[in-house]
Amino acid sequence: MPDGMEPAMVEIDATQRGIQTGVDARAAEPNIDRHLYLDGITVSFDGFRALNELSLVIRRGEVRTIVGPNGAGKTTMLDVITGKTRPDRGSAVFADKHDLTRLDETEIALLGIGRKFQKPTVFENLTVFENLELALKDDRGVFATLFSARTREKRRRMGDALETVGLAARAGDLAGDLSHGQKQWLEIAMLLVQDAELLLLDEPVAGLTDAETEQTADLILRLAGERTLVVIEHDMEFVRRLGARVTVLHEGSVLAEGTIDAIQAHPRVIEVYLGR
Amino acid sequence: MRLESETRAPLLGVKGWAIFIAVGLFLVVAVPLLNALPPSSPVHVPDYLIPLLGKYLCYALLALSVDLIWGYCGILSLGHGAFFALGGYAMGMYLMRQIGERGVYGHPILPDFMVFLNWDSLPWYWYGFDSFAFAMPMVILVPGLLALVFGWLAFRSRITGVYFSIITQAMVFALMLAFFRNDFGFGGNNGLTDFKEILGFNVHAPATRMGLYIASAVALGAAFLLCRFIVTSKLGRVLLAVRDAELRVRFLGYSVTAVKLFVFTLSAVLAGIAGALYVPQVGIINPSEFSPAQSIEIAIWVAVGGRATLAGAVLGAFVVNAAKTWLTGVAPEMWLFFLGSLFIAVTLFFPAGLLGISSQIRRRLARRPAPALAVEAKDA
Repeated sequence: MPDGMEPAMVEIDATQRGIQTGVDARAAEPNIDRHLYLDGITVSFDGFRALNELSLVIRRGEVRTIVGPNGAGKTTMLDVITGKTRPDRGSAVFADKHDLTRLDETEIALLGIGRKFQKPTVFENLTVFENLELALKDDRGVFATLFSARTREKRRRMGDALETVGLAARAGDLAGDLSHGQKQWLEIAMLLVQDAELLLLDEPVAGLTDAETEQTADLILRLAGERTLVVIEHDMEFVRRLGARVTVLHEGSVLAEGTIDAIQAHPRVIEVYLGR
Repeated sequence: MRLESETRAPLLGVKGWAIFIAVGLFLVVAVPLLNALPPSSPVHVPDYLIPLLGKYLCYALLALSVDLIWGYCGILSLGHGAFFALGGYAMGMYLMRQIGERGVYGHPILPDFMVFLNWDSLPWYWYGFDSFAFAMPMVILVPGLLALVFGWLAFRSRITGVYFSIITQAMVFALMLAFFRNDFGFGGNNGLTDFKEILGFNVHAPATRMGLYIASAVALGAAFLLCRFIVTSKLGRVLLAVRDAELRVRFLGYSVTAVKLFVFTLSAVLAGIAGALYVPQVGIINPSEFSPAQSIEIAIWVAVGGRATLAGAVLGAFVVNAAKTWLTGVAPEMWLFFLGSLFIAVTLFFPAGLLGISSQIRRRLARRPAPALAVEAKDA
């Protein structure tokens, strides 16, 4: 690959992958600010390879959309990054320092990696405000939590996050009473007050109305730059709206990577999505 | 209620404090006064009722300890009788050592059952129990340590839900079998009984019984406030979150194991204190306290009163045990049928328990209007 040129698309050839043992060509470049670097990750469940030598680099401040057909390994990839699943092989390096495959969920969360699940999982029996309070970056020790006070500063940070996602008026309501879309936003607000630098959003617009989808896209674009966002999404209109770099997963590894237009024109991607 | 504008949620609301103080005054002031009235008075509280009420208070404390972990954190322990009984045994050992030469065999050191078994010296684990100052820390330490070790193993391995309940049943059953053995050194089948004195006071004297009763009421009140402090804190909201979506709490960066271990151990300590107060009032502790059915009954008290309310646990313990006292007197064969149907009825028709009935009706009458609330932080 010629120096200094960013190709519109990097296709990783299946035969080539075997030789390169999954090392992304761009990963070797020294001057890229790698926020997350997955290197040759393989995960098998009962012989089924959910992830197959998956390698991926996410830059700091980037918005990256991950697409792929069902079973391509998108959610499994998030499970590996957040410590829910241990890979058989490979490493997941965060901020060039921490190998996430050696840490548990709690330690990973404390490093600043936040995850929004596919199904919104807010705490329905707590109010919107209390949900944020639990997520707020703070000492997580048992006794510190027991004696924790809602200082003015903490309330301000929670209020700001609620403003950002547009839920300020619902602060006192039970999270269970929110609409589906509002729950998604509450979850994003929780990641914000958690001070997550890397936000992993699993299908943030699934089941949302068009207006809500648009608002979510605006929200994500507003967050880009100061935070790194990895967005898994099926909705191609939404992906286009984000205008971010797209990675296509297929059978547990990267099939193609590039702009949305390049991806949608790519014959292999079309083949995988439409079937043979 | 603008909860989010305060630095900390209040321990109790105005109504809550009023009820707390009223019940406290009734138990600690009114009952002793009514007991002091001449027996001819229609409102006289007879002496025999005092240890009975004291027993209910201990059960209420035990129910409170179960509600803290089950109602708020979703940990259904069906082995809490073990911690109650261990606290009781620690107290029983102290009371046994107080008997001294007044036992049937008149041995200056060995309790009667050891003489009967031809033991010639006190086992090492009985050392120190002649001292109240040693026995009382044991009431806390023994159940607390067992809960810490048991809980650490279970929570670290992420054993939850019904699996956890089953192994707590196994634990309490194993302890029952152990305590039934004569060579285990705790009086076997008969347990520990025939107590004479506590801190130099005759355990059968009405004044001592009144003292124990008041101590139980104070312990229950203090434990209630302690539990309120926990459930109204941020940790209390973490507990609810663990109950509802444990994995999510892990992803937020909390150590679910540490949180559970903390409440489970604290709960076991409260159960141990309940057991220690119970034993001198009923005059005996034996392995039947470890029976698995006994531990299940505690969960029923909590369910009947209303989970995750604390006050409901206290209410449930009183109501079910009062019914038990009455029914086992008039129709003993009916008791288990009654208990079973009570549990089924509450689960089916009043899932929120007795305490939840009024709000259940209110909610049915009018759909709860959502209060308009704003974030206080904005004007900060």
